[in-house]
Amino acid sequence: MKAALRILAAGAGPTVQDLGRRQARHLGIPLSGALDDYAHRVANWLVGNGAGCATLEMTMLGPRCEVLAAVDVAVTGAAMGLRLNGAAAPQWTSIRVAAGDLLELGTATNGCRAYLAVSGGIAVPKILASRSTSLVGGLGGVQGRALMAGDLLPAGAGPLLASPRRLPWTPLYPDHLVLRAVAGPHDHLFRHHLDDFFDQAFTFSPQSNRLGCRLSGPTVALDPGAPASIVSEPVASGAVQVPADGQPIVLLNEQTIGGYPCIATVISADLWRVGQARPGDRVRFVPVSLEEARQAAAQWHDFLAATERLLTAGRESARC
Amino acid sequence: MDERDMLGASLFATVRFRIGGDRMLLADYGQGVDPAVNERVRRMAALVNGTGHPAIEAVVPAYCTLAIHYNPLATDPETLMHLLRDLEQHLESAAVPEPAVIDIPVCYGGAFGPDLEAVASHNHLSSDEVIRLHSHGRYRVYAIGFSPGFCYLGGLDPRLATPRLTTPRLRVAAGSVGIGGDQTGVYPLASPGGWQLIGRTPLSLFVPQRDRPVLYQAGDSIRFRPISAEMFARLAAEARP
Repeated sequence: MKAALRILAAGAGPTVQDLGRRQARHLGIPLSGALDDYAHRVANWLVGNGAGCATLEMTMLGPRCEVLAAVDVAVTGAAMGLRLNGAAAPQWTSIRVAAGDLLELGTATNGCRAYLAVSGGIAVPKILASRSTSLVGGLGGVQGRALMAGDLLPAGAGPLLASPRRLPWTPLYPDHLVLRAVAGPHDHLFRHHLDDFFDQAFTFSPQSNRLGCRLSGPTVALDPGAPASIVSEPVASGAVQVPADGQPIVLLNEQTIGGYPCIATVISADLWRVGQARPGDRVRFVPVSLEEARQAAAQWHDFLAATERLLTAGRESARC
Repeated sequence: MDERDMLGASLFATVRFRIGGDRMLLADYGQGVDPAVNERVRRMAALVNGTGHPAIEAVVPAYCTLAIHYNPLATDPETLMHLLRDLEQHLESAAVPEPAVIDIPVCYGGAFGPDLEAVASHNHLSSDEVIRLHSHGRYRVYAIGFSPGFCYLGGLDPRLATPRLTTPRLRVAAGSVGIGGDQTGVYPLASPGGWQLIGRTPLSLFVPQRDRPVLYQAGDSIRFRPISAEMFARLAAEARP
């Protein structure tokens, strides 16, 4: 296996992610995976990989890397001022790089997380059927941790592209988010204030990471007499947890069980948007029924499939 | 009427469902910390796993609740509720393996258990009595979570209950055995922590590369077996890859 990239400066703790570790949650091993799975998938399709290959997830401040082998790369997601050998280079497009090239990313100016894909996929070992890093569990990715200067990223076997690929539009991430959410699983503890929650705007706090996004805004109050903590039970990604201070937290992919009530759950078709929220962005939650959520999931699935067809034009993708 | 009003028993007559977004269905079989409720959750988890249903991604048991994580493009909650009700009807006759009993060797006190004496003096016991009471208990694994392999154990002798540290430690070594309030448990990974540490196991509770990454499942029981420092060193050396 060839080393494709050497990290010269890590930026803000990038991690290797794929589509997550779905089957080990009964052991407390979290889902993990790319928080914006759309940008992750597109990065892979742009370099000829299947959606399940591992990419590098970079949050707010990107790394500087030396290219060690001829590969195709693509950077998607947050606008991070990609530069190749000092010159500005486009994101959402494939770029052929060669040994000795220098790839640099800066501070995110739109969105929060960027994804770097390498043809053949980042070939760190699979742990429990996934290459995703869980910082909480200290597993996956490169030794279960964020990357540091000096780390080498291996690439799997994958042919180089016959012709470059480009997403014909550039996604922009709004600073006012509208997230569709299904009430529950503890909406019965918030009967008095459920409408308030859905009417109000909240702000993403800087205290956010891969575990969850803390929100600030109007206090979300439990009903009189409702318990402030519950007997611990499983949680889903996107659950809007309300701790005792009444300031909600959108739980992401690093927790399997929780002990605080959750007023609502962001629908799966909107979860990627949370991954691109920046500190200071505003958010409003809109209530939808489970049936509406299911339709949104189906539409989102169709949109992903259409994007894949557009980028791959029916060519086979590298399996990782 | 509050659905959660109970008439004495904590086991529900029949399952109650809750919605956790469009990818998770929660099935409640009772309430509180109760071995009978948790046993029903455990048996239901085994039955659901046994179906091998292709739309079910993960089955996660906890104290009173079973979570079914599913693919919303491949099934819907009504279908899953029907499946769970159906399985529950055959719960009594279904063959489900008994929960396992796992022995965990623990070297109590000394450098491994810096808070053993604090737990003893808080409860007006000697250190030896703390060790005796703690290692005579049988602890049910009510749930696994919070971090990989971390088990929520029930069954701590109330005579050992001790408040958490006022200032949590920044780093607790993997394998540390502690008491926090009326709970006891083992830290599978090094992490910050506020429990009173009374000992340490040389076993690696969580090894992601192992065939069975975690040694126990929810519903199993754990016993702590006191060992000497010499035995600790020997077992720790054997456990090393």
